[in-house]
Amino acid sequence: MAQETLMGDEAIAYAAVHAGLSGAFAYPGTPSTEIMETLQELAAKIPQDSPNRFVAQWCTNEKTAYESALGASFAGRRAMVSMKHVGLNVAMDPFVNSGLVNINGGLVVVVADDPGMHSSQDEQDSRLLADFARIPCFEPATQQEAYDMTYEAFDYSEKHHCPVLIRITTRLAHSRSIVDIRDQKSQNLIKKPEGMDWILMPAVARRRWKEVIARQSMLSEESNAVKWNLLSKGSKALGVITTGLALQYYKENLADYRAAKGSDPMHLHIGFFPMPTELIRSLYETCDEILVIEDGYPYVEHLLRGIVPGKPVHGKEDGTIPYDGELNADIVRKALGLLENKGLMVKNISLVGRPPQLCQGCPHADSYTALKEALKGYMLYAVTSDIGCYTLGALPPYSAIETTVDMGASVGMARGAAEVGLEPVVAVIGDSTFYHSGLTNLLDAVSHKTNMKVLILDNSTTGMTGAQPTILPSSQLEPILKGCGIDPAHIRILRAHKMDNEKNVAVIKEELAYRGPSVIVMVRECLEALKKARKA
Amino acid sequence: MKYDIVLCGVGGQGGISVSVVIARAAMAEGLRVKQSEVHGMSQRGGEVLAHLRLGTEEPASPIIPRGSASLILSFEPLEGLRYLPWLSAEQGTMISAVTPIKNIPNYPDIDSVLAEINALPRKVLVDADALAREAGNVRAANIVLVGVASRFLPLKEENLKNAIRELFARKGEALVDINLKAFEYGRNYNS
Ligand code: SF4
Repeated sequence: MAQETLMGDEAIAYAAVHAGLSGAFAYPGTPSTEIMETLQELAAKIPQDSPNRFVAQWCTNEKTAYESALGASFAGRRAMVSMKHVGLNVAMDPFVNSGLVNINGGLVVVVADDPGMHSSQDEQDSRLLADFARIPCFEPATQQEAYDMTYEAFDYSEKHHCPVLIRITTRLAHSRSIVDIRDQKSQNLIKKPEGMDWILMPAVARRRWKEVIARQSMLSEESNAVKWNLLSKGSKALGVITTGLALQYYKENLADYRAAKGSDPMHLHIGFFPMPTELIRSLYETCDEILVIEDGYPYVEHLLRGIVPGKPVHGKEDGTIPYDGELNADIVRKALGLLENKGLMVKNISLVGRPPQLCQGCPHADSYTALKEALKGYMLYAVTSDIGCYTLGALPPYSAIETTVDMGASVGMARGAAEVGLEPVVAVIGDSTFYHSGLTNLLDAVSHKTNMKVLILDNSTTGMTGAQPTILPSSQLEPILKGCGIDPAHIRILRAHKMDNEKNVAVIKEELAYRGPSVIVMVRECLEALKKARKA
Repeated sequence: MKYDIVLCGVGGQGGISVSVVIARAAMAEGLRVKQSEVHGMSQRGGEVLAHLRLGTEEPASPIIPRGSASLILSFEPLEGLRYLPWLSAEQGTMISAVTPIKNIPNYPDIDSVLAEINALPRKVLVDADALAREAGNVRAANIVLVGVASRFLPLKEENLKNAIRELFARKGEALVDINLKAFEYGRNYNS
């Protein structure tokens, strides 16, 4: 059998291709980005005339990516959409409703959660959203499982006619191990679904919803017998439940536990949801105490604890394991009652942090310098911002922005603040984020003639995630702004460079004085993107 | 056999290549490898950290538990100290480059930083930049560190060299030679 050393993200990409993928769609977001990057690398290696050719495309945002994948499934072909956890919020509308249609070609939704918020705004747990949409969810523990689950998820999706969610976390996405590779399957032929199950008008949706409810209870039954959910014997003193990657942190400590306590705990591992209720019940009934170990929300634990007092259940809700942050082997060790591992300690110096910074010479730095200078002299003003490298403008030496909430929020929030009287307001947003979700907010501003300024940092790339090209090149931005109805006299294109600082400050000042919607575009390419282009 | 390595430094110091070289050499010897990297926001000039775990059996956790690393391989002295709690008190070795990267306003006094490392029971401090320059390219400093590490790693010298050849082959013979030289300088370095 062939083997490859793969990161979790790569394993998923390989598996999808080997399972006969026809179309993959995504918007970049750490820790999911490498899935699409790998798919594109694999796609580039397939000869023009091969029947194994597939499309792998970056999209404007997660919603558009999701809908493209849904269309591919409608056409009868296998499709995958991948995103980071907060991206699923953007795609929530198609996501939830895709649970109601009669999925045709296998549809696999990969969502990479980020417990510990290494590179995110929240710690939301996508397993709960799979539950919310009433669709099955796989949670791999290893790179091999990420591969195997993805490979099989397409069959599963076609068998049950529902989307399947694969939930991974940062640590699995970005760590590597050796993975056994399976056979290449051929792609599905185009075959449209029959009947009306894709037309979610109320009469159909009502019927479909009943079918979804029935399907979920059937899947729940099946969950007790799938190979991913395994109950193993052990001491009755403690029952341990692990899900996904938490299994590895548990295994890391198992030999020491055995040495200290004389035997293994009884153990249930869950890699597939809906919950295997029978298996959980059987563990609960057998054991004196339960410890639930999961990376993310206390999802299984919460269900198990319920509201009626029962046996002691330990986990995040009783403080045995920290509620927030990322799980690791040391935390699990403590939760198992083992002696803490100690390494060495620094004695005489203070370990000052090294917070992330903009690259030396980043164009955003020059944009912030100009903006701050232009705003001098205003007693009251607001600068809302958004998600990308430029979020680092919140930190010294810039301290230039006041909000970062979600993709595109800078424009909408600036508008709301301006409408209720806070002036002047500037929204600072990157070009990629602007296309993702800023554009629709700008239409509101045009419609209501809101007195607000949008500063688009146009570096032609999604820098933070490793410089993926923006959905449209720089040259397209100005016509789009004009097309939205921004007065051409108030679309100002500047070069984000310190050599142009004086001029840039003057132009920004002019626009601040104008009472209406205006857009200032600060153009200069991201250094990482330049480096990448030079390498290629 | 289990052997855990923490690789640390500041963004852009070539940590991933080091991880690849050691991992490939280990796999050539039939060991199982687990390797963990940092991407995204945490990569933007901040601390970089890769965990590399070698073993006759597949290591379970992708990240190294505290107190269990046999080696810290640090491209920057302050960063090396940051991960001390991961170093085994009984048998862990710290290998660090001496050159500080002062991209923060409050970088501690460098002599105190180096003194802190010197006070450790098992350590090697090396001017990796100088040796790399001598080998022909300052960017080979990361491979100098691999050379120093080769005296401690449970891996054959030849397998590490092969992995270096493989990694740089794409970039031409000259760079392969420079990196092999950098490896030698590191390996023969006497602190
Ligand atoms: S990656 Fe690009 S956008 Fe991000 S900080 Fe560096 S130069 Fe600026």
